[in-house]
Amino acid sequence: MRRTLVAFLAGSLFGVGLTVSRMIDPAKVLGFLDLAGDWDPSLALVMAGALAVMAIAYRIRAGRSAPFFADVFQIPTRRDIDARLAIGALIFGTGWGLVGFCPGPAISGIALGRYEVMVFVLAMLAGMAAQRYGPWRMSPARVARAAGGGA
Amino acid sequence: MQNFTPVSALIGGGLIGLGAAVLLLFNGRIAGISGIVGELLRPVRGDWVWRIAFVLGLLAGPVLHQLFAAQPLSITIHAQLPVLVIAGFLVGFGTNLGSGCTSGHGVCGMARLSPRSIVATGIFMTAGVVTVYVVRHVVS
Repeated sequence: MRRTLVAFLAGSLFGVGLTVSRMIDPAKVLGFLDLAGDWDPSLALVMAGALAVMAIAYRIRAGRSAPFFADVFQIPTRRDIDARLAIGALIFGTGWGLVGFCPGPAISGIALGRYEVMVFVLAMLAGMAAQRYGPWRMSPARVARAAGGGA
Repeated sequence: MQNFTPVSALIGGGLIGLGAAVLLLFNGRIAGISGIVGELLRPVRGDWVWRIAFVLGLLAGPVLHQLFAAQPLSITIHAQLPVLVIAGFLVGFGTNLGSGCTSGHGVCGMARLSPRSIVATGIFMTAGVVTVYVVRHVVS
């Protein structure tokens, strides 16, 4: 129960962060990716802010054998660069540049009640399902398990 | 750079990091949205309730913000319907094939200097920049 509440709290903080930083607005994200246009560096500072806090979190984690409410830290251990990683990132980046939505802002954006967001999210879920259940399947989790780590 | 909003970007980014930090330190999980959502398509017993809770939190984010914000939130989506469908599919497929997105690789992975995440983030950022360049400055 408390883990469920923590997950909700974490998601809420994440969602408020996406909203405050306006990363929930695809136009803002595209403004960052458009180096040749009227460039908006905001996204870089969003990442810097998030990275700074997460770096501290990993420091705290290093001094603990287990999370507060769970038995183990489930942190990926793989370090190899394989084709799946590179091709996946390439496909993702292309879709990201077409609209300006990545998964987090798209999910949060549903709350704004725009049908365009819903269309994007449904197509995104279809893409995830196609990857997981298509002929090229082996979900990242399964690959990670096979490699003895995570990704 | 007239659209640059450094203060709200840093504060918002800090909140995103805080959300990811809470999930890591209390539940031991990585706040990678594409993984959290993707795994819901093949739910594992005892490992899906927290995912739903996290997604509900993501949805609550803009609502909570609206309660306290001075001005209503508006977003701009220029993409036409077919583009939304294609882009959504590519984002879903690509993030699940590449084991992560802006949150999992870009924030959680990069913060622990994971070589996989650094490479993935470099690739999807570059692909995004190239795509926007082609769409805005070559095609149109």
